[in-house]
Amino acid sequence: MSIQPDGRFVDQAPYNPEAAAEARSAELDMSNARLLWLRFKQHKLGLISAIFLLLAYLSLPFAGFIAPYGPNERLEDYIYAPPQRMHFIHDGRFIGPHVYPTTAEMDLESFSWKYVPDTDTPMMLEFFCEGADYKLAGFIPANTHFFCAPEGATLFLFGADRLGRDVFSRILYGAQLSLTVGLVGITVSFVIGIILGSIAGYFGGFLDWFINRVIEVLRSLPELPLWLALSAAVPSHWGPVAVFFIISIILGILDWPGLARAVRSKFLSLREEEFVKAAEMMGAKPSRVIKKHLLPNFLSHLIASATLSIPAMILGETALSFLGLGLRAPAVSWGVMLNDAQNLASIEIYPWTAIPMLPIVIVVLAFNFFGDGLRDAMDPNRS
Amino acid sequence: MALLRFAVFRFLTMLATLLVVSVLVFVIINLPPGDYLSNQINELRATGQSNGIAKAEFLRQEYSLDQPLWKQYLIWAGFMQGPHGFAGLLQGEFGWSFEFDKPVADLVGGALWMTVLVNLAAVLFIYAVALPLGVLAAAKSKTWIDYTSAFIGYLGLATPNFLLALILFYYGNRYLNLPIGGLMDPQFEGEPMSFEKMKSVLVHLIIPTFVIGTSGAAAMMQRLRANLLDELGKPYVETARAKGMSEPRMLTKYPLRVAFNPFVADIGTLLPSLVSGSVLVSVVLGLQTIGPLLLSALKSQDLFLSAFVLMFVALLTLIGTLVSDLLLALLDPRIRFGGRER
Repeated sequence: MSIQPDGRFVDQAPYNPEAAAEARSAELDMSNARLLWLRFKQHKLGLISAIFLLLAYLSLPFAGFIAPYGPNERLEDYIYAPPQRMHFIHDGRFIGPHVYPTTAEMDLESFSWKYVPDTDTPMMLEFFCEGADYKLAGFIPANTHFFCAPEGATLFLFGADRLGRDVFSRILYGAQLSLTVGLVGITVSFVIGIILGSIAGYFGGFLDWFINRVIEVLRSLPELPLWLALSAAVPSHWGPVAVFFIISIILGILDWPGLARAVRSKFLSLREEEFVKAAEMMGAKPSRVIKKHLLPNFLSHLIASATLSIPAMILGETALSFLGLGLRAPAVSWGVMLNDAQNLASIEIYPWTAIPMLPIVIVVLAFNFFGDGLRDAMDPNRS
Repeated sequence: MALLRFAVFRFLTMLATLLVVSVLVFVIINLPPGDYLSNQINELRATGQSNGIAKAEFLRQEYSLDQPLWKQYLIWAGFMQGPHGFAGLLQGEFGWSFEFDKPVADLVGGALWMTVLVNLAAVLFIYAVALPLGVLAAAKSKTWIDYTSAFIGYLGLATPNFLLALILFYYGNRYLNLPIGGLMDPQFEGEPMSFEKMKSVLVHLIIPTFVIGTSGAAAMMQRLRANLLDELGKPYVETARAKGMSEPRMLTKYPLRVAFNPFVADIGTLLPSLVSGSVLVSVVLGLQTIGPLLLSALKSQDLFLSAFVLMFVALLTLIGTLVSDLLLALLDPRIRFGGRER
């Protein structure tokens, strides 16, 4: 530093253009996606939930491989068998994963079957063994399972239900329907919501008035009775796949009003902006203005709020199937499984038939946390 | 005066909405192919019982099920003359339940009041729980009170209602000796209202109210907490604190009043889900509300019964929304004028 004759201060060091770049905040040079990721990462619960959901969805195609039994494979000798533990240590010695074979005995006091494990003969689990046929990812036929029960013993990690089917395997198969029902439903609701919401917000006038009234009517009605009424209309002779799609579409049809309202209010404020005026003056058609100029502005925010309505759909499917108006018997979903746990007697005597409730609670919680994290990360008004 | 005008305006809107809803309900009910009577006629034909057929055919004509759909709707709603002159919803004739072979009005009579009672209890429960907990969570934010209430709230949102009902029933009966099933002890059924009967109903209401209310209370609490936290950061709160106001007094006097608006307005969005929940929970717990009736009517395509129950449920939510809008207008003078369409 030196002082010039006219009193100015001048730094003697040579000018280094790099230094100025370093002084700038690193955030300014980052892509949008990276910024989003950095912010999302801070929401620990959301991050854990996201990883969990990712794993859960990735494992869906391999449900048949992981499950030891088929979804409708019946072991008639093991009706209502209680959960078994997988043991590793026998007689104080580590011998690897094994189970004890059980034998059924009639309990003449309560007139129910008791399953007594024979703790003297440990039987080792088999890995990569052959079992019930299944289709990998829905189309590759296979019959290799990751692990299954040894000959002469059973492996009911979560017990067996009233037909002697393995609850654990059925939960894995049930996830295929229960987890995807929300995705299909949200797609339906997203498409309807965005189209109607943007029409209402962009054009205004009578269309806006009309769509708004429809939204009001739909929002003021209780969902479940309408779901019930609509799914009661599904013909009983339809196959499980058709029923699955129609149920998820029903769930989606009643969900769009909330989304459409959000889209509409965003449009109302955005359509007065200069960039929209500019696009319109250059002769862009409404569809182009909506798609290229307006929607990208808040699509990410919409996705975040959509994530938050997936759990409602999962719970909705469960409720419908539980009441016997949703998915039906050969199909396996968590709601269908809970249909077995419908009365107090089964909760008291066979509490494990209510186990499918755990994955429901966990998945719904995970979606809630994930959605919260996503919304926080995408919120432009965040402090 | 402005308030009165607003009330009338809102009431007229509600009637219009109800009209649209009635069309919607009627269409949905008629979506499944066939109806109860034609199913019955086919069945009777197949088994060769001819005298039953005559009765069913008679009923078909009596309730003009042989007419085209739009005429059926107009007759059912009471806009058009049927075989017996004007006899629709507008005239207080709710139709005939084919499954139970009784007029719908006789069938649902008591259940309607029970439905209102259960839902009212749930609303009161939600306010009673969400208000103190929400305020507490906001006032003591980032402490264990906040975290615990948030955790319980999330759990309440995530657990399916019907399972919670079963589990609470089981444990409530086992450890607290709460009654199982129904809305009153069997000996009071059909009895006139008395103090004993009321007590029995109240004891039976505990678990259903709790089950139906939890998810609503959780959502409400979260929103109240968020609103209150927004308000607590504002300068006027600082001012109030600086002038030495005690914390509870300051809270109730300023920020709570502002944060209270959405709390009242929310009942409009809350009620539909509450009624949904009560239908489901009633089926599981065997409460004598209209929930189980609706389910059986939908399954057997009992046209008039399910249509009436759906209409009633819609009416219940619409009235709830109306009341919440009016309350809001009373509470906040800005709403009355701002709430109207531009």
